[in-house]
Amino acid sequence: MDLEYSAEEIAFRDEVRQFLAENLSLEIAAKVDAGGELEKQDMERWHAILNAKGWLAATWPVEYGGTGWSTVERHIFSEECALHNAPRLVPFGLSMLGPVLIKFGTEEQKREILPRILDGRDWWCQGFSEPGAGSDLASMTTRAVRDGDDYVVNGQKTWTTLGQYANKIFCLVRTGTGGKPQAGISFLNVDLDTPGVEMRPIKLIDGGHEVNEVFFTDARVPAANLVGEENAGWTIAKYLLTHERTNIAGIGFSLKDLERYRRMASAMTRDGRKLSEHPIHAAALAELEADLEALQISNLRMLANARDGAASPIDSSLLKLKGTQLRQDILALMRSARGPDAAFWDESPANTNSDLPPHADHVAPAYFNNRKLSIFGGSNEIQRNIVAQTLFR
Amino acid sequence: MDFSISQDHQMLADSLRRYFSDKYPIEVRNKAAYSAPFHSPEVWTDLAELGVIGAFIDEDHGGFGGAAQDIAVVFEEVGRALCCEPLLGALMGARLLALSGQDQAAEDIVAGTARAAAAIFEPGVVCNLGAISAEARQLGGEWRLFGHKNAIYGGPGADLVLIAAHAGGKIGLFLAQSPDMQAAPMIDGGGIGDLVMDGLPAACICEDASAMIEETLDLARIALCAEANGAMDRLIAMTTEYLKQRQQFGRPLATFQALQHRLVDMVMELEQSKSITIRAVASFGSDDQARHVAMAKNLIGRAGTKISEEAIQLHGGIGMTWEYAGSHYAKRLVMIDHQLGDRHDHAGRLAAMG
Repeated sequence: MDLEYSAEEIAFRDEVRQFLAENLSLEIAAKVDAGGELEKQDMERWHAILNAKGWLAATWPVEYGGTGWSTVERHIFSEECALHNAPRLVPFGLSMLGPVLIKFGTEEQKREILPRILDGRDWWCQGFSEPGAGSDLASMTTRAVRDGDDYVVNGQKTWTTLGQYANKIFCLVRTGTGGKPQAGISFLNVDLDTPGVEMRPIKLIDGGHEVNEVFFTDARVPAANLVGEENAGWTIAKYLLTHERTNIAGIGFSLKDLERYRRMASAMTRDGRKLSEHPIHAAALAELEADLEALQISNLRMLANARDGAASPIDSSLLKLKGTQLRQDILALMRSARGPDAAFWDESPANTNSDLPPHADHVAPAYFNNRKLSIFGGSNEIQRNIVAQTLFR
Repeated sequence: MDFSISQDHQMLADSLRRYFSDKYPIEVRNKAAYSAPFHSPEVWTDLAELGVIGAFIDEDHGGFGGAAQDIAVVFEEVGRALCCEPLLGALMGARLLALSGQDQAAEDIVAGTARAAAAIFEPGVVCNLGAISAEARQLGGEWRLFGHKNAIYGGPGADLVLIAAHAGGKIGLFLAQSPDMQAAPMIDGGGIGDLVMDGLPAACICEDASAMIEETLDLARIALCAEANGAMDRLIAMTTEYLKQRQQFGRPLATFQALQHRLVDMVMELEQSKSITIRAVASFGSDDQARHVAMAKNLIGRAGTKISEEAIQLHGGIGMTWEYAGSHYAKRLVMIDHQLGDRHDHAGRLAAMG
């Protein structure tokens, strides 16, 4: 048994650390650390910095401009990025569409689309969920009807994250009828400036705008934008949703948030004593630290399984379940540490000049916003179904 | 044994519920809740006319209630309607004014012609009155206050602010007229104030006010518990309704046993919350007051958070949206735990009581 990284992996980690120290601006790192929303250009700038180094597409093969990193190296990279307060990478092109095109796309699609993801000319967003199709994604009804060289698309998508910044959307559309609902689904790329496509914001519980709904009214989309075969979209969607889940446990974010919590707790007093010495808070912190320590090892065990080609189908579901629970528990403890001042609120992001008193911050909005963690990316109920179906098969 | 409420209380509850259901849809509430002045002056006038504020103090001081049960009845309806009006400030202010013999001011509060708020706690002091550090000093025959008060519920726009501060070895109660404070909306709606005092002029209305402040705080905690019960009841009803109508995999979500069981656990938490509130109401004014109020605030802090988190999760993405009323109920229920001591603070108090 050896719980440590290999010498090569440690060398890689040091290289990542040095790169982050030299290339991640303090200003952006401070924004991330403050827990506020990043602006579009912050994310684009970070993508450009990583792209210049050749480190943007961690999961792609080298021939398409990817890193060719191993599973463990990808894990090290994403954890170091989180620990150094690097902006999160926008996943829609890099981790979703890119791998799909590499596996299912035509050579022409790969040549045309992949470079534009890397250099930032395109910002993709996702059109999967619909108002009537959430956990039951296969019940989606947005239709695409072939008409000459085009598909005519009608319907509605929702929960489109950061769609307000995007110029393209990849969608699941219904092209066939009859048979199982999964059978008539296709994977179609759409330009957002196509006539008949309209994006509207959805305001969330914390007042923020990060998701949207997208309406399609007789939108004509070139049939050449189809990825894979017609009616084979379900296989592609399943691949997209399961193929790359290295960072699914969010370990780096939990490590970072616990560090923020410790900093907060040692700087605050509560009814005459330091919060860090408050027995209930100290005990709650201790339990979260134990959970996180275990989750790190679980994550590494499952990474090793994946590296050795022995991944269990339930690994990523279990990591998602525990990882999201833990992140939500940490955010709840941070919220309660802030006491009554957690209630102070304004709608402006943390990085703008705020009128809030200095002792107020964004712990409550962050807590409410991150209730999403157990809902999106396959709700935790769906993850439990996946595990149960495997266990009782 | 009889757990029914009196006919008068039932009538008060009914009239409030009717008012809110006729005049206070969620759109009206949300419009008032998150931008200055953080409440609706029209609704405030209506509530005063309905006698809501009068229920907070007894006949001797211009009210017609003042018992813990009166307060619980009002606040349960406030919670059910997710009303963001500054009633907690009015409750604390009216009580402290009445207990300090400020009868005219108390009557103005009851009539709705003046608004009050209480400034008791400070950054880092959330539950323990003895740990406050604000001071009152006499300068040129006038009281001046120094220190920093936070979490002043209903503070923005309040005419009368009651401030706890050390003076002469005791904690006194001081009255300031419309002090200038930093005002903000709360994330769950309504106004909160933050008051930095650097020689704020104020009148001393009680030199030794610890006991009356503690009593008022416990009553305000009972109010918050009752409010939470009303909000939980409504949020559970909304969640039940959603599970019945939302179809996935060809059938209503309500037919999935795993989800049914989670709703059952929410109902169980609500029943526990109602019971501990009844216990605290009955113990108000007795030797068990502090213990039972701390139990109630602890239990409801846990229950409210759990019910909120489960309600959001069971709704899925819809539960995360601003447009859906349930998300605002969920925020209120989580944030109630942050007011006047949270579950951890009250667990600590209980442990210290032995």
